[in-house]
Amino acid sequence: MAQNTNILDYFNLFWFAVLPYVALFTFLLVTIQRYTRRGFTYSSLSSQFLENKVHFWGLVPFHYGILTILFGHLLGFLIPRQVLLWNSDPLRLHILEVTAFIGGIFTLVGLVNIVIRRLVDPRAKVVTSTADWVVISILLFQVGTGLLVAIFNSWGSSWFAASITPYFWSLLSFRPDIAFVAPMPLMVKLHIISAYFLILLFPFTRLVHALVIPNPYLWRKPQLVRWYWDRRKIRTPGFKVKRK
Amino acid sequence: MDIRSQVSMVFHLDKCIGCHTCSIACKNIWTDRKGTEYMWWNNVETKPGTGYPTKWEDQDKYQGGWEKRDGGKLGLRSTGKARVVFNLFHNPHQPGLDDYYEPWTYKYEELFNAPEGDDQPTARPISMVTGKYIDIEAGPNWDDDLSGSPVYAENDPNLSALTPEQRAQLSAIERLVFFYFPRICNHCLNPACVASCPSGALYKRGEDGVVLIDQKRCRGWRSCVAACPYKKSYYNWNTGKSEKCILCFPRIETGQAPACFHSCVGRIRYLGVLLYDADRIDEIAGRPDNELVDAHRELIVDPHDPAVIKAARENGIQDDVIRSAQKSPVYKFVKEWKIALPPHIEFRTLPMLFYVPPMLPVMSSFDGKTVKNMSEGLFPDFDKARAPIEYLGKLFGAGNNSKVRYVLKKQMAIRTYRRAVTVGDVDMEHAEGMLREADCTVGEAEAIYKLTSLCTFEDRFVIPPAHREEAIEMVADPLEYKQSVGFGFKEEVKRGL
Repeated sequence: MAQNTNILDYFNLFWFAVLPYVALFTFLLVTIQRYTRRGFTYSSLSSQFLENKVHFWGLVPFHYGILTILFGHLLGFLIPRQVLLWNSDPLRLHILEVTAFIGGIFTLVGLVNIVIRRLVDPRAKVVTSTADWVVISILLFQVGTGLLVAIFNSWGSSWFAASITPYFWSLLSFRPDIAFVAPMPLMVKLHIISAYFLILLFPFTRLVHALVIPNPYLWRKPQLVRWYWDRRKIRTPGFKVKRK
Repeated sequence: MDIRSQVSMVFHLDKCIGCHTCSIACKNIWTDRKGTEYMWWNNVETKPGTGYPTKWEDQDKYQGGWEKRDGGKLGLRSTGKARVVFNLFHNPHQPGLDDYYEPWTYKYEELFNAPEGDDQPTARPISMVTGKYIDIEAGPNWDDDLSGSPVYAENDPNLSALTPEQRAQLSAIERLVFFYFPRICNHCLNPACVASCPSGALYKRGEDGVVLIDQKRCRGWRSCVAACPYKKSYYNWNTGKSEKCILCFPRIETGQAPACFHSCVGRIRYLGVLLYDADRIDEIAGRPDNELVDAHRELIVDPHDPAVIKAARENGIQDDVIRSAQKSPVYKFVKEWKIALPPHIEFRTLPMLFYVPPMLPVMSSFDGKTVKNMSEGLFPDFDKARAPIEYLGKLFGAGNNSKVRYVLKKQMAIRTYRRAVTVGDVDMEHAEGMLREADCTVGEAEAIYKLTSLCTFEDRFVIPPAHREEAIEMVADPLEYKQSVGFGFKEEVKRGL
């Protein structure tokens, strides 16, 4: 760290070098603890059953939007070189930026519908907790700042890959280097900080359902049978159990 | 041959009086919790009628069950490997609360708190979901006994099998007819709910075939609710988990009949083990519609056959379970006598709850002036019965009316025969001729008569021993758990944040 630190440096240090670790470790420890000790609480907590009309216009755009955005961020994080290479052609850069922006708009529209639905429908209200409102608020803030960044600090797909990705890797390698983020515009900083809050609160809220998305379904057999004991072992030792 | 055992059921519809005792017994034990108020794991419907949830049999609406795809392979109508991820966010085929009904109670305290006035105080209905005052629009059994009503009976999906004349006849006021149709989970051999679950939370118990939802594994994706064509999987809006009939397995394991069976006033319910060949499930479920009833019977194997017994033993099925299968009343009804039929087998889930279709013995009709006897004989001709056989054929034969005709003919012959025995005003030779025509012997007629009319508790419920003692020994040392309490999971059943 630099010798002559001032208050702004401490500020940056806290938000971009301390908070991420707090968020990440809380996330890891609490999700595991919750899964093992209170696994019952892992649920989508769907309210489609209670309100089945606006649900579609909220949940569908939101999920498709946010998955697109998440995937985009992940690409920038995992393969920054390739992203930069792709962006070297202005047309391709525009395609990427526009796709990401549309994803953001979808997320926002979905979220707004979710908010309206949970405010207006008396049945949906019943299953809306304070934690839900906290999650929705942070998500709104996150998407809002993300869209503003996309508008006012354009070509994010390129500068994310060039500047933010090295910062993230510095975090993950436990040698946090905030030189990459310190000079970033305020809106970008807010976007990053709220992302950390999202990760921090993730294990305490309904967001955990994203961790239990069903993947075995795609390659399991349709029918499942559970046995209390190896049924053939009792009668015919050495018999290979055929499970269906 | 992969022999497995299945606790199976028969409901004798001629004996059902529609008292709903079964529903109440079930409700009091299992579904009186928050989030389950609207669920009726056991419900009794009036047929013709729309049922619960409304028009559940209409798979164009609900997309439940299996369908035959190109190339003959079976696929779920509501979901599949390619579609499952997209259905997570919004399940397009999921019924909502209004397809069932909004559960309510009454504000009873207002009867006592109301200030003195000119009017009687009333207890207004309040929703058990929102807690607010509601106008009741529908309820469980809202169409109870409402056969002939334009709102309910006329919208019964099974009436599509009838000609317009038959439909008009059925709803003519002087010809009105209905019967009761109690329904629980069928604990199918090819369950659509299990096959649809993205999380793999639903499973069939290997030992007795009970279909269950692992509450810890369930993530509330609601696929089972949409996939079950009988709509017997329900979403608990409070815990965010789906729930269904568990066939009272804690009772079965301790040798007691399930609550709905135990409490049945009309003694219409029978429970016993069937052995079946699991290797053939896929093949049987894919047969053409009109063969399905017979194919389903084929799947059930003879527990007296030495080859079956040998295969069953190799599969670890206990001797006393096999003995229980040999005494099973369900086996007699379904396989020996062939008078119990699966409901809507065209959904191809291979239900293991069978129904003896009702005779609907309507003896006479009123033509405006006089009451007319509808047939020359003592018992009515079921071809002239008020409920057309096509209707029952749609419900219990996948459109194959001959299956229903066979059952009704046999039942008619047995009644005639017993009339000859007890009253004597029917010629015995005539009665025996009827029996022969109905593919029934005197011995069989007596046996059916005994099991349907004079059945004791032990006759009706032949419950196999559960052998949980061996089950627990495979996973844990029983001594280690000595003096500990409880079973199942001990985590608090509480909705997550």
